[in-house]
Amino acid sequence: MSQLETRLDTNSEAYRENVEFMTNYVEKVRVVERNIRASEERYRERAEKKGKLLPRERLSHLLDRGAPFLELSSIAGLGMNGDKEGETAGGNLIVGIGYVKGRRVLAMVWNYAIKGGTITSVTTRKNLRLQEIAFSTRLPLVCLSESGGGNLAGGGDPDPWGVHGFLDGGRVYCQQAELSAAGIPQITVAHGNATAGGAYQVALSDYVVLVRDQTHLFLAGPPLLKAATGEEADHETLGGAVMHATVSQTGEYFAESDADGIRVARDILDQFPPDAATNLVPDQPVEQPLYPAEELRGIVSEDKRIPYDMREVIARVFDGSRFFEFEPVNDPHTVCGHAHIGGWRCGIITNNGPITPQGAKKASQFLQLCDQTNTPMIFLQNTTGFLVGVEAEQAGQVKHGSKMIQAVANFRPIKLTIIVGNAYGAGNYAMCSKSLKPEFVFSWPTARQAVMGGAQAAGVMRVIAEDRAKLTGQEIPQEQRDMMEKQGAAIIESMEHSSEAMHCSSRMMDDGIIDPADTREVLIFTLETCLETTHRGTEPNTFGVARF
Amino acid sequence: MRKILIANRAEIACRVIDSVQAAGFDAIAVHSDADAQSRFVSMADASVAIGGQTPAESYLDIDKIINAAKAADADAIHPGYGFLSENADFAKACADNNIKFIGPSSDAINLMGNKASAKDLMIKAGVPCVPGYQGTAQDNAHLIKEAKKIGAPIMVKAAAGGGGRGMRLVTDLAELPDALDSARAESTSAFSSDELILEKAIVDGRHIELQIAGDSHGNVIHLGERDCSAQRRHQKVIEECPSPFVTPALRAKMGEAAVNAAKAVNYEGVGTVEFLVDEKENFYFLEMNTRLQVEHPVTELVTDTDLVDWQLRIASGEPLPCEQSDIHFDGHAIEVRIYAEDPLNNFMPQTGKIHYFEPYDNVGVRIDHGLHSGCQITPYYDAMLAKLICWGKDREEARRRLIRALTQTRILGLTTNKSFLVDLLEQQTFVKGDTTTGFINEQLLEQLRAKNTDELIAVNAALIAHHSSHSAGSSGGWSNTEPMFIRDTLLIGGREVSVTSLATDIGFEVLVDGNEHLVQITHCESGTLIYNYNGVAKEAVFYLSDEETSIDFGKDNLNAKIMTYAPAASADGSGSGQIHASTEGLVVKVLVAEGEKVTKDQPLVIVEAMKMEHRHLADGDGEVIQVAVETGNQVKNRQLMVELKLTEVEDESA
Repeated sequence: MSQLETRLDTNSEAYRENVEFMTNYVEKVRVVERNIRASEERYRERAEKKGKLLPRERLSHLLDRGAPFLELSSIAGLGMNGDKEGETAGGNLIVGIGYVKGRRVLAMVWNYAIKGGTITSVTTRKNLRLQEIAFSTRLPLVCLSESGGGNLAGGGDPDPWGVHGFLDGGRVYCQQAELSAAGIPQITVAHGNATAGGAYQVALSDYVVLVRDQTHLFLAGPPLLKAATGEEADHETLGGAVMHATVSQTGEYFAESDADGIRVARDILDQFPPDAATNLVPDQPVEQPLYPAEELRGIVSEDKRIPYDMREVIARVFDGSRFFEFEPVNDPHTVCGHAHIGGWRCGIITNNGPITPQGAKKASQFLQLCDQTNTPMIFLQNTTGFLVGVEAEQAGQVKHGSKMIQAVANFRPIKLTIIVGNAYGAGNYAMCSKSLKPEFVFSWPTARQAVMGGAQAAGVMRVIAEDRAKLTGQEIPQEQRDMMEKQGAAIIESMEHSSEAMHCSSRMMDDGIIDPADTREVLIFTLETCLETTHRGTEPNTFGVARF
Repeated sequence: MRKILIANRAEIACRVIDSVQAAGFDAIAVHSDADAQSRFVSMADASVAIGGQTPAESYLDIDKIINAAKAADADAIHPGYGFLSENADFAKACADNNIKFIGPSSDAINLMGNKASAKDLMIKAGVPCVPGYQGTAQDNAHLIKEAKKIGAPIMVKAAAGGGGRGMRLVTDLAELPDALDSARAESTSAFSSDELILEKAIVDGRHIELQIAGDSHGNVIHLGERDCSAQRRHQKVIEECPSPFVTPALRAKMGEAAVNAAKAVNYEGVGTVEFLVDEKENFYFLEMNTRLQVEHPVTELVTDTDLVDWQLRIASGEPLPCEQSDIHFDGHAIEVRIYAEDPLNNFMPQTGKIHYFEPYDNVGVRIDHGLHSGCQITPYYDAMLAKLICWGKDREEARRRLIRALTQTRILGLTTNKSFLVDLLEQQTFVKGDTTTGFINEQLLEQLRAKNTDELIAVNAALIAHHSSHSAGSSGGWSNTEPMFIRDTLLIGGREVSVTSLATDIGFEVLVDGNEHLVQITHCESGTLIYNYNGVAKEAVFYLSDEETSIDFGKDNLNAKIMTYAPAASADGSGSGQIHASTEGLVVKVLVAEGEKVTKDQPLVIVEAMKMEHRHLADGDGEVIQVAVETGNQVKNRQLMVELKLTEVEDESA
């Protein structure tokens, strides 16, 4: 397989500017992540007084020392529910994929240090997304729980926990039951509060670890109880670890502290049959790319009108910078081909421009070929959309675009997507954004997802108004012109802002923003997670494991 | 003599075996069960397992040793030091069984074994003794009267004693009665003798001992002195030859006194006469050790002799290999004893496995040891691991070489006193040769204890983080978001320390006790670690497993148990104090009454159900505040039967 040659001039001014722009943007994401951690840190004194570990400390304790951890949706909820710079972002939940005792697991840690780990719509969406991954990967799910239940205060959101959220929460419990029945074990350590919904989350787990003097698991805590029935009772009597271990039997394992509870959770995982899926041997030996990953930060320009060759990205992500291009001389805008990553076979579809009818045909055919050989597909998304115009429409753009969407949607092998740059319009769908159900989708900081560009949208609005004026033969008054001008500017600003990677990621339109330099690592990690699934044995049953 | 049994273990057994084999004899080892895999056993030509673990079950059991000698057809026994080396009964048992005891006669051992009789004998022989009382009248009134004659300060000693036990320093005579009582009690329990002697205390004196040797032809010579003033709690820590304090004239005088002392008991063998020397060069007889001393190598290096070989010759009836005039002193030698003990934790003895041992080898360096990588240090015997002895043209060269040899001798698995020894050797008092018995005092210990080990702990944490990241795979430690820190709980010297390591581009940021350290690991392979701390690259050797780490930094060593995933000690398992019936049944016995104090697991009520008795136990220590059932009651499941008010336990998690 031939190796790609780079045309990237790492000594150029443009390259330096690109690196600076990208590095700054990555830093902006890191700042949000750090703000979340700083909020946790502010809780340290109180946590230590109670003898508790901070949520991140619990996570670190759970995971194998030094093993990789893929965090998902780290900045979800940014700017929502009263959040400003990320102080309360993250949905009060840390989720990701890591290793425990050498076994890949899904981890979910309630961030009780922020708003008491209460549940908002963001929390629920992160929880549901992790469950979705559990179904698709069959990985056991470990939950370190401590939540005050639904967020009744609501932050700045007028309806953060409306009735729609109530039903979404119910879906979490439904899926917990389904996971149990699917033979996917859930282990929960009840580190603290587990009230109402939080209590069901614990009790619907297959394994429950109680923590002395910390677990407080009940349908209604002392204040609600007093308000509802007038009965007075303390936390331990209502739902303490000793009570649940000896009287109600809502937990199977008993621990003395946070660390001890996590040790027990790790030991429970040790009782499962060895995971045959780990240590799979790749299709061929791993070959590092010819060019350093750091250079990935210097490819995309801040000015999104300046084009770049996606082969420069491929050369820095895939094994040996090797790319076996499919239909290399037909339609330069849609680029398809075979490659290896981490030793694994894969197909690549990427864009060097809009998707033309020819490009859509090429991509659809390539998808079918890869489906035939069960070859995972990696989408490197960078398109302003399907090409418009008389020529394109007459060439069957809608038909070919539909066919491509159909091919992507029904593609059976693994689909992974990296949104590198533009992801506009139906091209966003055709290049397998979240709507088309890739196993994982991550964004570069330069990613932009929107139905169309802000300027185009504003332009459309203006043209419609002008057309209407022309139809009635009236001049558009200056007043209205000024208003339209203002409205146009507002549309541009709003759409530009909402299409930004950080905004999209905060709304969970991806699984997170990654540093371009991490692209290869993320792809290998997620690809292997998915590939292992077919080798991962599970023992489904009908009703799930019940606690009697 | 043909075959010699060595009735000892560890380094001294190895040392003796070397000379025995060099002289052409066969060496027979005896070993306890605990020592079966020891180096001295493998060095010997044959060995006899005498069973047991403790000294009393093994190396102190005269019958077992004699039987072993017979079984192995040994015709002589070398006792080494300690154990049976100064046991007159053993020397006699050897004679009775026609086995040559390599050492003096049982009479000489007996005479010198009692401080009172030895002192009497020495006074008669004209050997200067510390003014004191060693009479038979032992009542307090008489002893106090004698004490007044001597004058304060006074040292009270057990007549049969040794090793600092039964010893009391009295600076004010008003404290004497108490000191007499406690010394007597200690002596009775340690030596089965309540006999005490009184001596004028020589405070801040020097402990200087003369090596002597006598043969069966009546020749006695001395091989100069050893200065053993550096002591901690009357235990020697550093020994050197010659003493920086002793002039040739004083050596001649002390040598003559030592020879006279030996002659007074017709001494046959090598032995040591210990003196206390004051600043005016007055010296006083302390005691005579009728055996090879631990610190004999310093004399060997300076006089170019092999004292064990001399012992063999003397035992064979040969005359001494040379005369007094042939003894020359060349250069200077210093010895330190490497112990498995934690100087920062009250010198707590350490036991466990030595994962790695690498003695340093260079000009002028001698190491006497019984170790090998993988050997076990058990709690049954002395915690001394090795003796390191260095020779130099002068004292300073010997000192320098010793410090280097200490730091370059690598021991992994146990905390050792290496850093303490290096600290002592670097003290100005020692450098100048001004060491007295008051050298290692509380003040110095306090100063040495105050050292900050955070750097070592930080490197240890970084090592764990680095190692686990690498063993976790090529993308080790990687995360797509802000990097993950690694958190561990380490048990170091009895103290639990939480450490957090964060991998950054410039190394590990390690938090120890809230302080940040930056450690960059540049090499970590095959037990060798190279790290950068504060801009300085340093080397260390390490051992690492899931349960523990051991790092030898040269001077310092750090051993940590990794407690991160250790099961928590149950918070004493105390429950609520409410004892409920575990089943429906009939109360057949109520064992406590209200107001009664109970201890955890004490039976309180017995309930019979399904033909079985169910004992209900106290779930903690406390007091019965209510008994809600009586015999004959039918109880329901979970019915409250007894209520206890549990005693508050101290919160250990704090």
